[in-house]
Amino acid sequence: MIDVNSLKKRFGSNEVLKGITTKINKGEVIAVIGPSGSGKSTFLRCLNLLEKHDEGSIKIEGSDIRSMEVHLRKKVGMVFQHFNLFPHLTVLENVTFAPQQVLKVGKKEAEKDALELLSAVGLSDKADSYPSNLSGGQKQRVAIARALAMKPEVMLFDEPTSALDPEMVKEVLQVMKNLVKTGMTMVIVTHEMGFAKEVSDRVLFMDDGRLVEDQDPAIFFENPRTERAKAFLEKVL
Amino acid sequence: MNLDFAQLVPSIPYILYGVWVTLQFVAVSLVLGFLWGTVLSLFKIGKITILRWFADAYTSIFRGTPLILQMLLIYYAIPQLTGVDIGAFTAGVLTFALNSAAYISEIIRAGINAVDKGQKEAAMALGVPYRTMMLKIILPQAFKNILPALMNEFITLTKESAIVSVIGALDIMRRAQIVGASNYRFFEPLLLAGLVYYLLVMLLTLAGRVLERRLAKSD
Ligand SMILES: Nc1ncnc2c1ncn2[C@@H]1O[C@H](COP(=O)(O)OP(=O)(O)OP(=O)(O)O)[C@@H](O)[C@H]1O
Ligand SMILES: [Mg+2]
Repeated sequence: MIDVNSLKKRFGSNEVLKGITTKINKGEVIAVIGPSGSGKSTFLRCLNLLEKHDEGSIKIEGSDIRSMEVHLRKKVGMVFQHFNLFPHLTVLENVTFAPQQVLKVGKKEAEKDALELLSAVGLSDKADSYPSNLSGGQKQRVAIARALAMKPEVMLFDEPTSALDPEMVKEVLQVMKNLVKTGMTMVIVTHEMGFAKEVSDRVLFMDDGRLVEDQDPAIFFENPRTERAKAFLEKVL
Repeated sequence: MNLDFAQLVPSIPYILYGVWVTLQFVAVSLVLGFLWGTVLSLFKIGKITILRWFADAYTSIFRGTPLILQMLLIYYAIPQLTGVDIGAFTAGVLTFALNSAAYISEIIRAGINAVDKGQKEAAMALGVPYRTMMLKIILPQAFKNILPALMNEFITLTKESAIVSVIGALDIMRRAQIVGASNYRFFEPLLLAGLVYYLLVMLLTLAGRVLERRLAKSD
């Protein structure tokens, strides 16, 4: 469903992505891992045009993403490390905002959908709270509900648990596991190796702007092919 | 030193009425300045080079020349160019609105830049169009951050507004001068005017603090 071909991205003279080629199939769960600065976030952000790539192409269902800006955003949901909830809106308003403003869904219907999503992430009782009154884990679950409210076909996660206190990591991972069960296509940048191993269909290991391994998780974690992956795993496991 | 406030007493209501004139003047200027300043700030952060250039040049000119000069130019130039006599109050309001817009646009621009960049990204990732994002996500947060600075601008405007007396608008200052001239005693009415300005500023400062605390609570 997503076709990435020789993707390159530079920030000034710093080449951050040095030619990434991969395919993401419908319903697949992809874990993207690699050392800090290797370009994982940049790769993810290119997938929904938060960064514009310099060379190569990204196609979703055959169409180049650069020709479908708004339409693309409707198809691709994103969850950020720092949640980025709208602090001046209630939890319910956070979730209903984009469906109302972008998809032009009526208020009643948007709220009904939102309440269902909030209940799915276990936060029905927080609908009228403001983000500042939520814990980190709760915020991230709201952010997931907010992205899902746009009924995306792909969900991108950029280190969704890295800003959380350890005791809150589990609740967020649980919500993500439930999402995996629905058959959602997911691309997850994560440092949670156990989680990556458990839920992903494929692991993309990035180092220095290159896709060094594209591998089945069982194989990758037991028996990485490259020295760089070995060294990385030794450090983090 | 011989101060004689007894002579001033009958004129006190006349001078105090100037409070109303001054406040009206400041409020209208501030609202107009705020709206225009918001537009300018959007020009400054926008992608359209010509508008950005215009807004920067505008700000530079209004900040780089004396307010009183701007006011006299507007007061005399508009009638001369258009044949329409706009009157002292309107000329004053126009000057203050145009001038404070330059300052306010800088305040708002800083406020917008201070909003976490993640907010824009989250809105973009959700497909929210630029206009909606600005109006409903970024500006509401920016305005909350800049309230203290805006309050400051309000206070500055209140004090600076005394220069409209130069073109004859009947504000506190002008009234004090008129009373002074008619009694041949300037010290007492000017002292009163000073006291009134000071109380106004203190009142605004207090109101600003209350408002700030209110907003802080909703965090
Ligand atoms: N907006 C930007 N401007 C300039 N350089 C950037 C920008 N964003 C990222 N970079 C650089 O690109 C490189 C890759 O960054 P990226 O955030 O994609 O790495 P990452 O793999 O996500 O790392 P981390 O695990 O620390 O999040 C880094 O060297 C970073 O400094
Ligand atoms: Mg990153």
